[in-house]
Amino acid sequence: MNIAVCAKEVVDVSEIKIDEKTNKPILEGISKEVNDIEKSAVEEAIKIKEEYGGEITILTVGSVDNMENMKELLAMGADEAVIISPPEESDYTVVSELLAGAVEEIGDIDLVLCGEASIDLFSGQVGPRIAELLNVPQITYAENLDVEEEKIVGERDVGGNKIMTVESPYPVVVTVTKEINDPRLPSLQEILGAANKPINEWGPKEFMDHEIEPTTEMKDIRGVSMERKNIIFDEDELEDSVKNLAENIAKEGLLEG
Amino acid sequence: MVLIYSDDKDTTKELIAKGRELADETGSKVTSVIIGEDDDEVANELIYHGSDEVILANTDIEQFKAEEYTQVLKKLVEKTDSEIVLIGSDKSGKEIAPRLAAKLETGCVTDCTDLYFEDGTLTAERVAYSGNAVAVKNFISEPSIVTIPSKNFDPLSKDEGREGEITREELEVIEAESKIIDVQEKESEGVNVEDAEIIVSCGRGFENQEDLDLAEDLSEALERGTIGCSRPIAADLKWLPEDHWIGLSGHEVKPELYVAIGISGQIQHIAGMRDSGTVVAINKDEDAPIFESADYGIVGDLYEVVPKLVEAINEEKG
Ligand SMILES: Cc1cc2nc3c(=O)[nH]c(=O)nc-3n(C[C@H](O)[C@H](O)[C@H](O)COP(=O)(O)OP(=O)(O)OC[C@H]3O[C@@H](n4cnc5c(N)ncnc54)[C@H](O)[C@@H]3O)c2cc1C
Repeated sequence: MNIAVCAKEVVDVSEIKIDEKTNKPILEGISKEVNDIEKSAVEEAIKIKEEYGGEITILTVGSVDNMENMKELLAMGADEAVIISPPEESDYTVVSELLAGAVEEIGDIDLVLCGEASIDLFSGQVGPRIAELLNVPQITYAENLDVEEEKIVGERDVGGNKIMTVESPYPVVVTVTKEINDPRLPSLQEILGAANKPINEWGPKEFMDHEIEPTTEMKDIRGVSMERKNIIFDEDELEDSVKNLAENIAKEGLLEG
Repeated sequence: MVLIYSDDKDTTKELIAKGRELADETGSKVTSVIIGEDDDEVANELIYHGSDEVILANTDIEQFKAEEYTQVLKKLVEKTDSEIVLIGSDKSGKEIAPRLAAKLETGCVTDCTDLYFEDGTLTAERVAYSGNAVAVKNFISEPSIVTIPSKNFDPLSKDEGREGEITREELEVIEAESKIIDVQEKESEGVNVEDAEIIVSCGRGFENQEDLDLAEDLSEALERGTIGCSRPIAADLKWLPEDHWIGLSGHEVKPELYVAIGISGQIQHIAGMRDSGTVVAINKDEDAPIFESADYGIVGDLYEVVPKLVEAINEEKG
């Protein structure tokens, strides 16, 4: 079973601060990591490989600032990584076209795994778009996968308190939630062993047979800051602290129905 | 033409209101789509809420998955020559919209919180970086596909004097190779955290499912309370149905009072409650990030603090 996993490094959103002068989020200097959801997609790929064999290729669109992030995925158990440089103007149309194009270029891929969304912008567009471009079925929000020789069965939480079970033949695109597994931490041995696994860099012209144009553009991004009172009640006696809290809740009129 | 689709009828009405505004600005019309339900009454309800036209789309397939929905919507977008497509941002809408966008080779913005024309260009705003920022995006393609969460826009009030046209479309759809083999409905109490005025929210600080009763007690003392929770409580432990789940990947809430108990306050949780009125945090770790997002806090063991707080609230009520 040959598997492609779409994973990218993203800024650690909990570190983002807002620039007071420009009112924009400051993204420079923030550490980048591959998020847990995408690591879960890699973990799921490795489990499938352990049972059925095959090759796991990591696909990422964009520059990689920290190669250690790619190496970590290889150390977990992926075989190869491909870093695709996007054209200057990019959006989900461009990224999905590049990923689908790379899947076709590699050829003979049975399963494409993605996270349900990536943690930075949380759009969730890439999985379904790739499925359409490849003209294959999609199983989104999978929180459990059962892989068989001829088909894959996924359980998905579709909202409204419904759990849907879907089966599909290969090839198929599956997006996973982080509940699907706990991604493994590679051992030192595995980290050293991954040093020689290939990380390829591809330009779009090398494998795309058509030009791709973005369909949306980012006009502005503005910071949102949250002002809170940040009052901690810490009297000697807990009774006094809760009393203070209850009084404040009452003062704000919150106890009147 | 503005085309509207959601499998939730309340959301559909909210999208019609937004669609109406955009259509009036450009002198075009609003068409709503109902798939696999041939009912004039349901269609009229949408007309009374502002839709100019309702298409009742029928196919000869029984099961609908994103693969089939996308084909139906693509045909209707082309038939109606729609420039804008508004889709409800629930889990099903969010897997249909990007697939439809890829099929139509066009742009899509998911979870849009505001949508308007600026200098003739359709502009969509959405939350980015877990609520740290708002991204403002311009469409440079048509049709423009947008998903909108429920409760984001108010529906127009019902007016039975509104007139519109109901049409029926028989559509041919190629059945996807994937199959739905089972749908299980989990029990749901029909709670609606989005409308709640007061939310008492539980996190991993609770050791057992039964202990959530403590939160229930507080919620009762506060009278208008509804129980909420963090992702692990609903998704990993499954102690509460996902109706209660608050955050980036759950529900977005704006109660007057939000009480976070045993919740660390990771940014993905904050993303769902940052617009709350007053925020109270109870956590035993004084460095927990929830305190930065709170107006009032008590550092302590929830098993001691919550029962005492219930007493204090009852006393305060007199
Ligand atoms: C893509 C993605 C989407 C996500 N979406 C969401 C989302 O929508 N909603 C969401 O909530 N999370 C979401 N998360 C998860 C989020 O990052 C956190 O992991 C989660 O919110 C943590 O839940 P928690 O605060 O209940 O648990 P923990 O982080 O484990 O915190 C438990 C807290 O309880 C405190 N505590 C322990 N015992 C006691 C006690 N006896 N008394 C008082 N305090 C105690 C601890 O000090 C700690 O602060 C998402 C994550 C990802 C990657």
